[in-house]
Amino acid sequence: MNLQIAMLLGQDGITNGAIYALLALSIILVFTVTRILLIPLGEFVTFGALTMYAFQSGQDSSIVWLLMIMMALDAGLDLKQLVTNGMEARKAQWIGLKLAYAVIMVILVETLPLQEIHMAAQVLLTLMILVPLGPIMYRIFFQPIASAPPLVLLIVSIAVHVAMVGVGLLMFGPEGGRTAPFSAATFQVGNVMLKSQTLWVILVSLFLIVSLFLAFERTLYGKALRATAVNRMGARLMGISPDFAGKATFALAAFIGVASGILIAPITTLYYDSGFIISLKGFVGAIIGGLISYPLAAIGAVAVGLIEAFSMFWASNYKEIIVFTLIIPFLLWRSINSSHVEDEE
Amino acid sequence: MKSRHLVILFVVLVGLAPAVLPTFQVTLLNYIGLYALVVLGLVLLTGVGGMTSFGQAAFVGLGAYTTAYLTATDQLPAWLAWTSGSAWLSLLVGLVLTAVVALTLGALTLRLSGHYLPLGTIAWGISLYYLFGTSHTLGGHSGISGLPPIELFGMPLDKGEEMFYLIWVILLLAMWITQNLLNSREGRAIRALKGGQLMAESMGVNTFRSKIVIFLISALFAALSGWLYAHNQRFINPTPFGLSMGIDYLFMALIGGVANVWGALLGAGILTMAKEWLQDLLPLIFGDKGNYEHIVFGLLIVLIMHKTPGGLWPMLVKLVPARLRQKKKLLPEAGKTEAPKLPQRNLPERGELILEAKDVTRQFGGLVANKEMNLQVHAGEILALIGPNGAGKSTMFNQLSAVDTPTSGEVLFRGASLKGKSSRDVANLGMSRTFQHVKLLPTMTVLENVAIGAHLRGSKGVISSALHLERLEETSLLQEAERQLKRVGLGDYLYEEAGSLALGQQRILEIARALCADPCLLLLDEPAAGLRHKEKQALAELLSKLRSEGMAILLVEHDMDFVMGLVDRIVVMEFGEKIAEGLPEEIQTNPAVLEAYLGGAD
Repeated sequence: MNLQIAMLLGQDGITNGAIYALLALSIILVFTVTRILLIPLGEFVTFGALTMYAFQSGQDSSIVWLLMIMMALDAGLDLKQLVTNGMEARKAQWIGLKLAYAVIMVILVETLPLQEIHMAAQVLLTLMILVPLGPIMYRIFFQPIASAPPLVLLIVSIAVHVAMVGVGLLMFGPEGGRTAPFSAATFQVGNVMLKSQTLWVILVSLFLIVSLFLAFERTLYGKALRATAVNRMGARLMGISPDFAGKATFALAAFIGVASGILIAPITTLYYDSGFIISLKGFVGAIIGGLISYPLAAIGAVAVGLIEAFSMFWASNYKEIIVFTLIIPFLLWRSINSSHVEDEE
Repeated sequence: MKSRHLVILFVVLVGLAPAVLPTFQVTLLNYIGLYALVVLGLVLLTGVGGMTSFGQAAFVGLGAYTTAYLTATDQLPAWLAWTSGSAWLSLLVGLVLTAVVALTLGALTLRLSGHYLPLGTIAWGISLYYLFGTSHTLGGHSGISGLPPIELFGMPLDKGEEMFYLIWVILLLAMWITQNLLNSREGRAIRALKGGQLMAESMGVNTFRSKIVIFLISALFAALSGWLYAHNQRFINPTPFGLSMGIDYLFMALIGGVANVWGALLGAGILTMAKEWLQDLLPLIFGDKGNYEHIVFGLLIVLIMHKTPGGLWPMLVKLVPARLRQKKKLLPEAGKTEAPKLPQRNLPERGELILEAKDVTRQFGGLVANKEMNLQVHAGEILALIGPNGAGKSTMFNQLSAVDTPTSGEVLFRGASLKGKSSRDVANLGMSRTFQHVKLLPTMTVLENVAIGAHLRGSKGVISSALHLERLEETSLLQEAERQLKRVGLGDYLYEEAGSLALGQQRILEIARALCADPCLLLLDEPAAGLRHKEKQALAELLSKLRSEGMAILLVEHDMDFVMGLVDRIVVMEFGEKIAEGLPEEIQTNPAVLEAYLGGAD
């Protein structure tokens, strides 16, 4: 291996690592606030990528109907709640607004010339269709069992993942897709070509990480979410709604997932079932961070990306084995540090 | 008796199935049997032991690939040549290999708590799957074909109907073994893993060993299923051993009822039949081919988790009329079989020093919770440790029972230092305790809960439990539990669920459990809390009687009436220090104690 290959592999590794870091952060975020391990995060990534691909290749964009159906279910649940708890004009308005949003999205997707509009508009449209699915997912699948034991939450999370993979196949078909890069420019650093998409990925990831950090440190809502993460009951007594906290974190996670999908779609071909392995690599990063520490998780995730890239070169067949065996030493380290007997339900 | 008839009816129906059903249905039943065997392991591991595994499919793969490699490779390396293509020797090799892998993975990951264990199983599940797919010796992604059928008494089992009998005999045996194991001394230790590990450890149960045992058993069941699968199919590739199958196995367990042996069969049956049916039906709805049944399964699991997290088996049981659901009597009729009484420890001489704390100090950072505490408990004596809230009594209790280690000073139990000893060790030495917050297994019967206390007085292991070769010892243990329950006045509640007792009775149950260990020192943490007046009197009588038999008792208590009338000596703590020690009368007039409890007289 010479320096040039090392640079290329490093470039690949850091690009993927940045995506894994974003995913690891949202996994930890969702876990600390809701105790849910968000396995379906990977599906947001693939849905993001494949929706962009559907727009660009002029395929049928039926995904918007998923939004319509889910929104209708959500509105139905809201309505049921309204009927049992007594009517309130403001809440009824809110239901109407949500339904109107879904209808507008359907009209936009069905009427706009999706192949011709600017890429920024495609990105915006993808985000607007997919991100609301996050909070709706929480509302329908997790909110009714928010206080269930962790195992039940994990099982439901896996079940939602399995269902979403099926939905992905239904919406996007078995073929994978790769989208056009954001810009065709390349840069020459020494004797290595840097693709502009790599820079996009790294810059957007950094931007998102920093803004997440600022949002959590500096804003009241961020602090409310952190408070829920530290002590759910305490936060609730202080007037922070756990339902709101759940929906907000799911919205954030969905946003990060979809954004990651859009970012890597020009680099790798994604299929309807690629999401699981991608989010698992985010999990490896999150585990390295002990499911608590954001910086450790980010570093761990970048390390996962690099190890993956370099093992592709040395032992490409064993790439996945190497990455997933990687967490065993970390698990071992955790198990040595927690030798006490624990009672858990 | 009634439920036994149902089981016999079921076995007869299974035996007749291949004679009356078409080949296609028999093939389906074969798959159900193969899946149920894996799910049975998950019932033991997840439902009973509380440990979630997504990696069972990988163990199935280990069993399948071992036999495929050994029976279908033309030129085996010399050191494996002795297997000579025999399916049965390959099974042996497969089970040994699986045991080694399971013990290694178990040792690495079973100490993990919470979510790390399931994530760990996902990780090694994926790793093993990719290993099957990338290894050239194992045929890569196209797999291995040309496996010979299993031969039984020289007869090859190469038809579905013949494999049917082998699969279902093995499955029913595995179910029998599992059921036996759960109703035994080892089984009670396993059932305590979910929500009672602290308690079990202090009763002398090695909880880590119990975890390893069920992990190993579930891995072996999976490998056995893989061996059968490989010889049933006659070819294998990596697909059925991947993570998605691992998830399916867990789904089967959850649909059927993860806490019950029969739930495994039900879950495997429902999922297999539903898959078959949906694969025919869904393309009619969605128009083309695809794995759309996953959408339905995913949503079905969500629904089950929302509505009945315990699975469908408990719902079925509820439909059966109550008289058919009679609780099984664990004990034989009185006077029918006389099991030998358990050997008893020689109690120390009355007045002998049992427990001694020497200058025990415990610091948590800057906080000194116990400062130079000294106390002594003798055989045939009741010592009370009292003090206002926050005085450090609970910390002291933890030092004395080896749950915590003093920063300086030491605790001596019958002359030996407790330094470095675990709560399991002290249980073995003859110290037994109750808990301030009652710790019992609410869904187990009162009798079984108390029998956990006698864990160290039995010695029969997993294998004799699984084959029910330990019935005599088991009866001795249960009769001892019954004796202790009668002694504390709970003789009428033997077969009630422990969680259905009133709080006061649950505290008494804990005392019976502690007595079952045949201790020479009882540590009681607030035994009278939540008891009514009559119950307190009965408890005081019981403790006096134990004292007269030579037992040493230390109790932490708030109820002064109870303490003053009962105990021999009192130690009073405040702010982590001993402020007084003496006879009850002396303590009642001691000015320092009065000030601590009632405030200054100024």
